[in-house]
Amino acid sequence: MKRALAGGLVLVILLHQDFWLAKNATLLFGFLPAGLAYHMAYTGLAALAMAALVRWAWPRELEDEDRPAP
Amino acid sequence: MIPAIIVFAYLAGIFYIGIFAFRRGKASGEDFFLAGRGLGPTVFLLSLFGTNMTAFSILGSSGMAYHRGIGVFGLMASSSALVIPLTIYLIGTRLWAIGKRFGHMTQVQFLRDRWDCGHIGTFLFAISAAMLVPYIVIAVMGGGVTMERISGGAVPYAAGGGVVALVVMGYVFFGGMRGTAWVNAFQTALFLSFGAAAIVLIAGDLGGFDGEMAKLAGDPKRAPLLSRERISEREFLSFMFIPLSSIMFPHVSIMCLTAKKVGHFRKTVVLYPLCILALWAPAVYLGVIAAARNPGLAPGQTDDVLLWLLSNHTGVVVSGVLGAGIMACVMSSDSQIMALSTMFTQDVFAYYKGKERFGDRVQVWTGRAFVVAIAAGAYAIAIALRGKASIFDIAIRFAFSGFAALAPVMLAALFWRRSTKWGALAASAWTLAAALGSWWLFSISAPGKPFPFLPEVFGRAPGNVTVWGFQPVVPMVLGSALLVWLVSLLTRPPSPATLARYFPPAVNVPTSFQG
Repeated sequence: MKRALAGGLVLVILLHQDFWLAKNATLLFGFLPAGLAYHMAYTGLAALAMAALVRWAWPRELEDEDRPAP
Repeated sequence: MIPAIIVFAYLAGIFYIGIFAFRRGKASGEDFFLAGRGLGPTVFLLSLFGTNMTAFSILGSSGMAYHRGIGVFGLMASSSALVIPLTIYLIGTRLWAIGKRFGHMTQVQFLRDRWDCGHIGTFLFAISAAMLVPYIVIAVMGGGVTMERISGGAVPYAAGGGVVALVVMGYVFFGGMRGTAWVNAFQTALFLSFGAAAIVLIAGDLGGFDGEMAKLAGDPKRAPLLSRERISEREFLSFMFIPLSSIMFPHVSIMCLTAKKVGHFRKTVVLYPLCILALWAPAVYLGVIAAARNPGLAPGQTDDVLLWLLSNHTGVVVSGVLGAGIMACVMSSDSQIMALSTMFTQDVFAYYKGKERFGDRVQVWTGRAFVVAIAAGAYAIAIALRGKASIFDIAIRFAFSGFAALAPVMLAALFWRRSTKWGALAASAWTLAAALGSWWLFSISAPGKPFPFLPEVFGRAPGNVTVWGFQPVVPMVLGSALLVWLVSLLTRPPSPATLARYFPPAVNVPTSFQG
């Protein structure tokens, strides 16, 4: 699972470089530039990537520190 | 004057929050400097996010979008939306656990302990402190300028900057980290709602944004503002490295130590990208709208385009409330002042036996005295160098690259047993030399002119020097990673006892006991 997450994370990092949209000035719905819409959606994807890390790769060993000292 | 009165009321409100935090606090050092490591999940998320945002996030970003277009969002915001929570997840959680286990309050305390070193820690303290000071000065300057503009000149720059410095000093002095975190959480809630409110109100007044966008799309000179055509591929890639700086800023890493439970980081890392979206998307979008409404402004005249839009398209009361939202962002120097105070008392005063000799109570009062000294010093510099904010802007730009280049040092400390203090020293020295070197290269060159030497390697963009077209942060981070790796392999690792503390051997459970 951790390998799949690492691979997914690399993909998300690569998706940031949207060179195919660099010169695209199309307006979606008449007011939203396509490049801006892409990166707004990208922040949503970043949140999903973080949710996946929290769900499947959370460092549970650190939770030992939550317990009060004896 | 009405907007200025609303902003003054807002300042009085946050000062009261600091006093309230003071009443809830205890006299211990851990309580003053780290809010007793007891912040809940919501305050932790909001204060950590607010700590990371500066005046640039709201004013500078719209000014930059005015000239360079919507690509500014991808350049600075969506890259941060991924990299910052990732570093909080990887580094922040570990710093929290180690800090709680060993009682550390700063990064330098951890690094000293992790690598059995003293003076190298002092060196790291000096670098970090020096890179933090420009932020505090620029926040006081930003406060002065914003108050002057919001009040239409009725509150002069010196008085506005003084009020901002005094209010921040007051609630940090009394409330310590708890006051800072509460005020930050309140401010973050305010400026997160600011963006949506500004978009709705301005769109309502303009009858939607379609007309303005069509105006830009129909003008060949300004149409590139609707894409990221004005940002090169290499610059765009370079900016993926900049958010590595976030977790290395002392105020951010110290804030990570304030969570009550490691579980509080879960909500923070998941919601952080959405907070970035809520703040940055309206600021960048409105910067482009300002370019459509009021074209022809030169760089340096555009940091207040958002204020201009607000004052022209909303009523005075709304403008004042939104002005308070802008002040919330401008005044983000509180956590930096708090961090410098914590660093001085822990990394210098306590390290050189001050706490042992004088006790915990004197340590807290030393921290408070330091808060007063920093705020007074920042105000004096802001007054003396009025109109020269660009010096500090440049310093901050280099500080971002510098802190990003220190990230490999922290990763090595946390995850690589074999890393050594000499590797850390080599990487830190490289960071300092590269930051100063690129500043010098910046000062001897000018945009649009051939670089004085090695023009095939170095270039000059308006805001920075480039190396093979990349921003200096790229060679700085890669060089730092290479040095910490190479020099660590060539030098002796820390003692086995130290390694055992930080990398305890896994407990081998006999197979017969396994479920």
